[in-house]
Amino acid sequence: MTTKPLLLKNGRIIDPANNIDQQGDILIINNQIARKGKSGTLSCPDNGRIVDLNGKWIVPGLIDMHVHLREPGEEYKETIASGTQAAAAGGFTAVACMPNTNPVNDCQTVTSFILAKAEKEGSARVYPVGAISKSSSGTELAEFGEMKEAGVVAVSDDGRPVANSQLMRRALEYSSNHNLLVISHSEEMSLSQNGAMNDGILSTRLGLRGIPRVAEEIMVYRDLALAEYVGRPVHIAHMSTRESVDLVRRAKAKGCKVSAETAPHYFSLSEEAIGLYDTKAKMNPPLRTHDDMLAIRDGLRDGTIDAIATDHAPHSVMEKDVEFDQAANGIIGLETAVPLTLALVNKNILTPSRMIELLSVNPARILRVEGGTLSEGKIADITVIDPEKKFVYSKEGIVSKSKNSPFLNWELTGKAVLTILGGKITFSDLEI
Amino acid sequence: METQYRFQKKHILGIEDLSPEDISFILDAADSFKEISQRSIKKVPTLRGKTVIHLFFEPSTRTRLSFEIAAKRMSADTFNISASTSSAQKGETLVDTARNLTSMNPDIIVIRHSSSGSPHLLAKHIGASVINAGDGTHEHPSQALLDMLTVRENKGQLKDLKIAIIGDIIHSRVAHSNIIGFTKMGAHVHVSGPATLIPPGIEKMGATVCHKVEEAIEDADVVMALRIQKERQFDPLFPSLREYAICFGVNDTRIQSAKPDAIIMHPGPINRGVEMTCEVADGKRSVIMDQVTNGVAVRMALLYLIMGGEDR
Ligand SMILES: [Zn+2]
Repeated sequence: MTTKPLLLKNGRIIDPANNIDQQGDILIINNQIARKGKSGTLSCPDNGRIVDLNGKWIVPGLIDMHVHLREPGEEYKETIASGTQAAAAGGFTAVACMPNTNPVNDCQTVTSFILAKAEKEGSARVYPVGAISKSSSGTELAEFGEMKEAGVVAVSDDGRPVANSQLMRRALEYSSNHNLLVISHSEEMSLSQNGAMNDGILSTRLGLRGIPRVAEEIMVYRDLALAEYVGRPVHIAHMSTRESVDLVRRAKAKGCKVSAETAPHYFSLSEEAIGLYDTKAKMNPPLRTHDDMLAIRDGLRDGTIDAIATDHAPHSVMEKDVEFDQAANGIIGLETAVPLTLALVNKNILTPSRMIELLSVNPARILRVEGGTLSEGKIADITVIDPEKKFVYSKEGIVSKSKNSPFLNWELTGKAVLTILGGKITFSDLEI
Repeated sequence: METQYRFQKKHILGIEDLSPEDISFILDAADSFKEISQRSIKKVPTLRGKTVIHLFFEPSTRTRLSFEIAAKRMSADTFNISASTSSAQKGETLVDTARNLTSMNPDIIVIRHSSSGSPHLLAKHIGASVINAGDGTHEHPSQALLDMLTVRENKGQLKDLKIAIIGDIIHSRVAHSNIIGFTKMGAHVHVSGPATLIPPGIEKMGATVCHKVEEAIEDADVVMALRIQKERQFDPLFPSLREYAICFGVNDTRIQSAKPDAIIMHPGPINRGVEMTCEVADGKRSVIMDQVTNGVAVRMALLYLIMGGEDR
């Protein structure tokens, strides 16, 4: 199917993959970036549309490498359709979805189901992540070969971390036969079990069982050590503590093949956000201290952390409007990632180019998927960001099926205003 | 001219929310209610026509009974909902329960629940006043108030006293409320017990941590032992009850170093021979029975004050 040509004019083109940050135009024909040029140098074919993007950023489509789409199994929280619509509204053209669905994505049947649904109903590219172990139960390896054949881009037992070190070692080794990335949800369960928030004075005050920072750090260290030992890459998911960042920094300095991500809440909030038992601020790993938040920001700035991924985790009021220790972990994140990351740009912690590396270039590189670039001839996955646009993040405005966010009613600055997936508009806040 | 103090709390969710003035005011009110419990007709019409619901999701005999006696002596209509008869086991959420209770139009709900913060959740979803009768490992404000009343009666004041609290501090809502309360009133709280049972950051709540029980007890005006929960199997907190009794139990030898007029307290129920020996629990310094008596008076005061303290 062909779509009308589209000329994006007078935007600030931020394309770190090509080392470009300058005013310019981009012409999209069919599903590709046909031409890229300085402002005013491109003309639009007669049947095309022109959008003036003065004051806005044109960036490669954003890629969220860690989301939970909940389908199959928990469609009342989110579906592939609603989740990818939320992605498009947040400026994302692709998402990698974690395998902790029901059933767990541990075989080609589930992988194929997800991909077929995404093809039919999706508003973004969907890259399934398969399970490391069958049913993510931590005993036997899942069939990596079959899942890879069906289309998974990585494997992870996200949400149910691999407790057995030998199994993790075998997963790292065996992943080489299928060229699959292993993603570590780093959590030592014997330390974290039944915990509801970060362990410390605040958990003492609130009478909540703490999750000590070392529960994360021990497993970050274990998986870095195992990956180094077997000579395989590993990706550390959702880092939340200063020591985790330091561990990755040291591993990188040694030349280990490690990549790492964090989520916007870990660089935007500290455990204080829990206030008096606000379950909207409950997630795993938990919000940490102000000092950890600053360390995460440092890691983003200096390149230790490669990617910002939202860990978008939709839950209904049934899971959240309950006692704090009974409440489900996780918050939605797709529609707030852009303004929360822009806040770091506005604080001069990140440059605009660095922001786009974290949200697009690096996730594409780590997952080895298309996108992350505005080169001529490449697929036209493009996001337009208005860095000045102010909006109140309200329940009514949320596209995701679930509304569990600690940022509700925050006044945010910066928003994706146009999302283009393979030349087709999947979200627009502009008059076109 | 000093400004007129007024008690303005709608809920009693924790000692954390009370000012020293609030605490003194509640203790004074409790003092005056004690007299009612000594009359031959132990009843006043203060809360006639008011409805008090006791919503207990955890088994409790003494606290529930104490609240119930308090409400009945004030002539309130009382209803008990306990976990076995509530909808909790049918999967009804606390928020649903709150909505259903609203239709009964209660004035006060007294709640005990195993989840910290559940009284806060209830208060958010219901118009009635909420009294926290113990939530998880968070707070147990009425217990701390009755403990403060007991100490004030015996010592004449709270300021500058040395209070030793021995045992399972981390899982004890009584300890949390007492540390906050006694510290607010100018007393010095020293805690001791197995390091595995001392929560992180407790110093920031005002407590001094002692590695030896003897250090905490030395020159103390008050020695309080806490109940050891025998059921916590999944977390290896200390080797055995036997070793606990030997290393951390409050016994006659250990209390020698306390002040000669020191009083001995325990929130009950006691594991005799574990956290406290029989000799100490039943000894002449023990005020454990006073604590029970004062419980009713403090709870009468709370019911009275959150209902606006109408003329008696
Ligand atoms: Zn995870």
